[in-house]
Amino acid sequence: MTLQECYAAMGGDYAGVTSRLPTERMVQKFVLKFLNDGSYDLLVRSMEAEDYAEAFRAAHTIKGVCQNLGFTVLYQSSSQLSEALRNGFTPEAPALAEQVAVDYKQTVEAIRTYQTSNGL
Amino acid sequence: MRRDVTSINREQTRKQRILIADDSEMNRSILADMLGDEYEILEAENGLEAVSAIQKYRTEIDLVLLDIVMPEMDGFEVLTVMNRNNAIEDIPVIMISAETAPAHIERAYNLGVTDFITRPFNALVVHRRVVNTTLLYAKQKKLVGMVADQIYERERQSSLMIDILSHIVEFRNGESGQHVVHIRTLTELLLRRLVIKTDRYPLSPSDITLISTASALHDVGKISIPGEILNKPGRFTDEEFTIMKRHTVIGSDMMEAVPVQGSGPLVKVARDICRWHHERWDGRGYPDGLKGDGIPISAQIVALADVYDALTSPRVYKPAFPHEKAVEMILKGECGAFNPLLLEILTEVAPQLPEELEDRSGERTAQMEMRSVAQEMHHYEELSASERTLQLLEHERMKYSFFAAMSQEIQFEYTADPSMVTLNAWGANRLGLKETVMEPHGSDKVRDILSDGDMEGLAHALRNTTPAQPVIRYECKITLNGEERWCRIIARATWNAEEPPQYTGAIGKAVDIHDSQMKLAALERMATHDPLTGLLNHVSAKKRIEERVEGRPDGQFALAIFDLDYFKNANNTFGHIFGDEVLKFLADKLRESIRGADIAARVGGDEFLLFLEYRGELDPIISRIYHTISDSAYEQFPISLSMGIARTEVVGTDYETMFHAADQALYRVKRSGRGRYDYYDESMRDMLSVISPIEGSADPAGQDGGEGKGEDD
Repeated sequence: MTLQECYAAMGGDYAGVTSRLPTERMVQKFVLKFLNDGSYDLLVRSMEAEDYAEAFRAAHTIKGVCQNLGFTVLYQSSSQLSEALRNGFTPEAPALAEQVAVDYKQTVEAIRTYQTSNGL
Repeated sequence: MRRDVTSINREQTRKQRILIADDSEMNRSILADMLGDEYEILEAENGLEAVSAIQKYRTEIDLVLLDIVMPEMDGFEVLTVMNRNNAIEDIPVIMISAETAPAHIERAYNLGVTDFITRPFNALVVHRRVVNTTLLYAKQKKLVGMVADQIYERERQSSLMIDILSHIVEFRNGESGQHVVHIRTLTELLLRRLVIKTDRYPLSPSDITLISTASALHDVGKISIPGEILNKPGRFTDEEFTIMKRHTVIGSDMMEAVPVQGSGPLVKVARDICRWHHERWDGRGYPDGLKGDGIPISAQIVALADVYDALTSPRVYKPAFPHEKAVEMILKGECGAFNPLLLEILTEVAPQLPEELEDRSGERTAQMEMRSVAQEMHHYEELSASERTLQLLEHERMKYSFFAAMSQEIQFEYTADPSMVTLNAWGANRLGLKETVMEPHGSDKVRDILSDGDMEGLAHALRNTTPAQPVIRYECKITLNGEERWCRIIARATWNAEEPPQYTGAIGKAVDIHDSQMKLAALERMATHDPLTGLLNHVSAKKRIEERVEGRPDGQFALAIFDLDYFKNANNTFGHIFGDEVLKFLADKLRESIRGADIAARVGGDEFLLFLEYRGELDPIISRIYHTISDSAYEQFPISLSMGIARTEVVGTDYETMFHAADQALYRVKRSGRGRYDYYDESMRDMLSVISPIEGSADPAGQDGGEGKGEDD
C-alpha cells in the first residue's frame, strides 16, 4: 500500500497534505505518529466521565491534527463534535461522538494496513 | 555602526529561540519540524507552562507560537498575562489556530499578536512568517539603536554649526579664536559649581549643556557691526559705543528669526544670552537695564565668563592681564556689577581656572564631546537599553537560575499583577507545586501548605514595607506531605519607580528551621523545668506568676508553699533514690489535682509551690488539693504535707511578698505539729520563715519581706 492509497482508504486529502508539508517522508512520519496520539483516548474517557470541557479540548485537538495531516473525514466529524461541545453538552454530541469513533477507526485501520504492508 | 556589529555577533552566538505552546504533541512536533534546525525550540503543552517559560526566559525568547484552545490556561489568557507584565512588548506572538471566527482574530490582534497562522499548517507559510517576524523584531531593536545614534549625531552636528558660526564672528573681531572655547568652558564650570552651591536656580545637567553650548553664540550680533568699529584700537566715541551696543539686540533678533525646529530650547537660551550678556546686577547695563535676578541666570553667567576672558586675553586696545589680576578686578567691581553669589563662585573656582582653560583649548572638542555624548546617553537611557544591557540581563538570569538550582532551599518570586508565584525547581518539587502558580491566594494546593492566616500575615508584612526597607522575616508553620514544619521566610518586597512607589511583588526564600526550632524548644524546656519532677523550676514559676498577675490585675490569686513532712526520714531510711521516687510521686499527684491554668513548681529539695486563681471560696479548692495529695502513700511511706497559703486579697500581688507570706504560714504549721494547712494573716507578720532561715536554699529575697524587688532570675 502506498501512502497515497492509505489516504484514499481513510478518506484523506493526499494532494493537499503533500503540498503543505515539504517532503513525503515528513508526511509519513506524522501519519505513523498519529497512531500514538493520545487525544482520541482522552476524548473517549472524558465523554464517559461527562467532562465536556475536557472532551471539547480533545475533539478540538483531534480536529487540529487531522486538519494538518489532511485526514479529511475524521477532521469533519471531529470538527462537528468540537462545535457541539464548545459550550458544554448538547443533545447532538453523543451521536457526533459515535461518528468520530467510526471515522477514527477507519483512519487508524488505513494507517495500520499501510504500516504493516510496508514493514514500518 | 558599532551597534550593528554587536548585534550580528550576538545573533551568531545563539540560535533564535521559539516557544511553541500547543496542547497537542503532534502539532508541536509538526511545527518544530517545519522550522527545522535553525531555531531552538521550547515547548509548552498548556498556557500555564507557556507563561512560566516566558517568565523564566523573557527576552531570550524571540518568538511565541501560541495555540488558542489549551487546558489550564488558554491562549487568550496567556496573552492577557503577557499584556499585564509587558512581555508582549518584547516578544512577538503568532497565533496558531483552527479558530477562524473574526471575533477570535480581532480579539487576538487587540491583545497584541503580530500575526495569525491558521490550520492546516503550510510548511512554507509557517517558516516564512516566523522568519519575517523575527527579522522584523530584530530590525526594530536595531532601529531603536540607530535612533539613539542619530540623536547623538544631531547633537554633535548642531554644536559644530555653532562653533563655525561663532568662529566667523571671532575672526571678524580679530579675537583669539579661543574666546568661544573659553566662554564655553567657563560657563560650564561656573554653572556646575552653581548647582552644587545652591538650589536657587533649578538647572538640570542637560540645561547646563544647553547654556554652555548656546554661550558660544553670545556675540553673534557682532557680525553686523562695521569692521572699523569692531577692530578700533583705543576708546570708542559715544556714537561708536551706541552702535557697538547694538550687537546684543541684533544677536537676539537673529535668534528670534531662526525658524524653530526641534532646537527650540537652544535657540531660546541663545537669544537670552545674546540680548542680556551686557546687563549688570545693579541695573546699569544694556540694552534693557534689567536688574538682579531679572537677568536670566544663563546671561549672568555668560557675562561673567565674557569679562573674565576679555581681561585675560589680549585685545587691540589692551594687553592680557594675568589670571589673579583679572579675578581681583572683577571681585573689586572694576569691570561691571555681578550677582554676589556668582562672585563667590568665581572665587571658589578661580584656582583651577588657568589650568582648565589651558587643558580645554588643545583637546577641547574631544573632551567636551565626550561629556556631551555621555550626557545624552544618560538622557536617552531608555533608548540605549540595547544589546549590552540585554546581554547583562541574560547573564544575570543565567546566574540566578544556576544558583537557584544548586541551593537546597525554596526560592520564590511573586508578582502582584498578574498574581503569580514562580518557584525554583527544587522548591516546587519540595512543596509539590508547579513552578508557576497563578492566583496563589485562591489555590487550594497552596492553602494546604500555608494557612490562610499566615498567607495574609505574609502579604500584610510585605505590603507594609517601604522601598527603603523592603526586607521582612516571617516565621510560620508550613505543611509538607502532611507534616507540619517550622520555616522562616525571608523576602524582599519589590517597589517600582513610580511616584509614589507601587508595590509590585516580592522575591524571597523559605528556610526550614524546624529542627533548630525544636531543639530550641527542648532547650527552653530544660531551662524552665525541674529535671526530676518535670514541674516548673522556681525561676520560671516566678516569671509566669508575675506575668499572670500583671495580665489580670483585678484577679484573686493564692500562692501555696508546702513540703513533705518527715522527708528526711524517708531519705535516711530508704536512701536517696527512694526519696527521689517519693518526690516524683508527689509531683504526679500534684499535677493530677490541679487545673490547667494553675502553676505548679518544685522550689527546693522537698518544697513545692502552687499558684492558682480563684473566684469565691478558696478553702474548698485548697482542701481538695491538700487531701488528694496527702491522703496517699508511696509504697511504705505515707505522704503527709505541711502547707502555707498566702492570698493576694491579704498580701497584695507582689511576688516576693506573697512568697514570704506563704512561707511564714508554712512555718506556723510546722511549729504547730505539721500535717495540715493554714492561711497567712496579719498576726504572722513577724514570724520566722521555714525556707529562708532554716534551709537557706531558695530565693534570698524572701527574707526581707518582699523589699528585694528587681532581684529577677
